Amino acid sequence: MTETKSLSFRRSPVAEVTTALAVRVQQADFDVSGLQSALLQGAAREGAIATFTGYVRSAERGGAIEAMVLEHYPGMTEKCIQEILEQAAARWPLLAASVVHRVGSLRAGEQIVWVGVAAAHREAAFSACEFIMDYLKTGAPFWKKEVGPSGTRWVEAKEDDLARTRRWESSRA
Amino acid sequence: MVKVLFFARLREELDCAGLEIPWSERLTDLDALYDALCEHGGERWCRLLGQRNIIRAVNQTVAEGNCVLHDGDEVAFFPPVTGG
Repeated sequence: MTETKSLSFRRSPVAEVTTALAVRVQQADFDVSGLQSALLQGAAREGAIATFTGYVRSAERGGAIEAMVLEHYPGMTEKCIQEILEQAAARWPLLAASVVHRVGSLRAGEQIVWVGVAAAHREAAFSACEFIMDYLKTGAPFWKKEVGPSGTRWVEAKEDDLARTRRWESSRA
Repeated sequence: MVKVLFFARLREELDCAGLEIPWSERLTDLDALYDALCEHGGERWCRLLGQRNIIRAVNQTVAEGNCVLHDGDEVAFFPPVTGG
């Protein structure tokens, strides 16, 4: 089984708080309530938590999907996610932020990705969660291959996803 | 020696996950490595690795344009990412 974890702490320049950052890339499924409890511990049980969970769709552009195979670049993937979390922590006053991303073969309906952000107030939590998810789509080396009744197909990068990322570059928090 | 890695669609098309190219004075930068890979794999590799959307990373950092190489570097070639 492939699993890598990293845990780090970053002193935010925005506020005098230390942000607990965690990155995990793994084949195994994950338990959302356990992850949220761990995040809350990291946030000293204060304020607000925003989370996002992504699941494998059962159809894409009208075609059925049976499974999704996710490939990554061990080492670089974790490094890129860590950098995305550090950028988020530099931009908003966060207490804790975590990403769990699965790799390997996943069936339709299975969980792929989880992002959790804790902050003292909801605006930072909502915004940072969306920021992290947008950058995960365009800035971390993962590749998806769809498996359907008529064969396999590598997913193409979407212009919409790139546009969502660029939106953050033109707006500063 | 330069360690070269290929990922996803590109790995399948080349039928190769990676290889090691012995270090030589010729491997001055990414473009020189591309030439060495063209020599190694022929016209097909040259075409697949030269596609405009292919991303190149040196020591796990994306390279914008060309980039100087050193003995022991790890270079990856991959298509645009589609995670999340």
